[in-house]
Amino acid sequence: MVPTSYYLVLSAVLFGLGVVAFVFKRNIITIFMSIELMLNAVNLAFVAFSRALGQLQGQVFVFFVIVVAAAEAAVGLAIIIVIARNRGTLDVERVDSLKH
Amino acid sequence: MLPPLQDLYRIAPEIVLGAFGMLVMFLAPIIPKSRHGVLSAISLVGAALALAATRFTALYPGAAYSGLFRADAFSLFVHLIVIGVAFLAILGSTNYLKREDLDAGEFCALILFATAGMGVMAGAQELLTGFIGLEMSSIASYILASYRREAPKSNEAAMKYFLLGSFATAFFLYGIALVYGATGTTHLDLMGQAGAQTSATLLKMGLGLIFVGLAFKVAAAPFQLWTPDVYEGAPAPVTAMLSTGPKAAAFALALRILANVDAAGPLWFWALWAVAVMSMFAGNLGAIVQTNLKRMLAYSSIAHAGYILVALAAAAATDHPEAGIAAALFYLVSYALVKLGAFLIVAHLGGVGERNVEIEDFTGLARRQPAMAACLSLFLLSLLGLPVLAGFLGKFYVFNAALESNLIWLAILLALNSVIGAYYYLRVMVAMYMREPSKPIATEPVPWTLAVVLWITAAGTIYAGLFPTRIIGFAAKAAVNMR
Repeated sequence: MVPTSYYLVLSAVLFGLGVVAFVFKRNIITIFMSIELMLNAVNLAFVAFSRALGQLQGQVFVFFVIVVAAAEAAVGLAIIIVIARNRGTLDVERVDSLKH
Repeated sequence: MLPPLQDLYRIAPEIVLGAFGMLVMFLAPIIPKSRHGVLSAISLVGAALALAATRFTALYPGAAYSGLFRADAFSLFVHLIVIGVAFLAILGSTNYLKREDLDAGEFCALILFATAGMGVMAGAQELLTGFIGLEMSSIASYILASYRREAPKSNEAAMKYFLLGSFATAFFLYGIALVYGATGTTHLDLMGQAGAQTSATLLKMGLGLIFVGLAFKVAAAPFQLWTPDVYEGAPAPVTAMLSTGPKAAAFALALRILANVDAAGPLWFWALWAVAVMSMFAGNLGAIVQTNLKRMLAYSSIAHAGYILVALAAAAATDHPEAGIAAALFYLVSYALVKLGAFLIVAHLGGVGERNVEIEDFTGLARRQPAMAACLSLFLLSLLGLPVLAGFLGKFYVFNAALESNLIWLAILLALNSVIGAYYYLRVMVAMYMREPSKPIATEPVPWTLAVVLWITAAGTIYAGLFPTRIIGFAAKAAVNMR
């Protein structure tokens, strides 16, 4: 049987990859996908803990996260479509009409 | 199987808000666009009924849904803030929506849904419930930020808000997962008792990540980078709502965790200290150089998040967090009244397409529209912390709480920052009263809806400044018995 810590390390690595991609990628959709990766890393952690603790709760939480992520994706993609229509680009560096 | 009736009573405000939100969405396609004022009116009735429902909930205090949710004085207090904000934001934006030719139905429905989410956050006694509330309010806010669909700035604000908001959510959620792994529960009250079987490192990491997620949501430095862009780009009435309601709800969740989980206080204390100081300086120093009034107010709201964090640090530093919690709650009330009024004035004076929101455009306002200038000055003076106004007492209570917890340095930095803040608030007043207008700007009459909102917020600011006893008394009552 695979020890729980392996799953946790994998989840941490996936989460870290998501953070790195969020910071360095320039395409809005790729950035959005990196957020999804982070959320799924969390799901993995929930399921791993759920098994380690011998409870079902953690697996139920995953469903909540999936539902919320789906709602977020719907809104997020709508925003991305509007951006693409108004500007014709999905490069975050070129979406900069609000200056510092 | 139906849940027990008492459980339903305890979430009555959320039920009312959700029901009216759906009713408005259902009616929106049926009612012709020329008569969309009706939808705003229905939403106002919904918000007013939700306020009444909050009063009703007060009759049935206690835990609901096997401890997921809690109706107590604290959750009531925050409910009153967020629902009041929703009411005033809907009323104050009716004319704006007409002027910008925006759809009123979805706008009001989204505000009601977001407010229901904030209500859930206010009462959440379990982390995943808090997460659901956070997302209910956030997802509705992302759409609202982008409500002027044709305006590139509005889209950009929504994109930044969405990406950074979801990023923060992922941290918050990862924190929940780790805390769950460490304690085997997500119930805040059980977490306190879990004691021996908890894995300390995992719990600390989890609480740390939850802190990062919440700090993003309340726009505290160094997680504040999205704030100026989002507040500037979003439609002004939406900014009025975003800068008050969700912030109050996120602070409520943080306070609830702080009061319930014993491990959170010592762990969060230095983080709160550092984040409070950084927010105060980042907000105030950033605001000084701004030429856009909306952006300046955004920086000022970062600074004010810092002041409220001082209260949280004071609460985290002692075993008796009541003074700090009560100070934070009072501050949230005084801050919400003022920010709401100020942003709604900007929404009105900005004119079609919000073109006149530079500070230059407000020069000579006292001659053109003396009442508006007086009102905006009142709000700015309250933000500054002038005695007699609510903002002063808010700062005073926070200052006191910091001193009671022996946080001398934090209190000194708070006072110092209030002085820095005076500079840029007064600069706007000088522009309004002492300078000649730089360009001719057409004067639009003030619609009665906005006038009512400004009367309420201005009167509230003065009332809370002169007679704070009732509000601070209620806040003090809310601060005890949080677990």
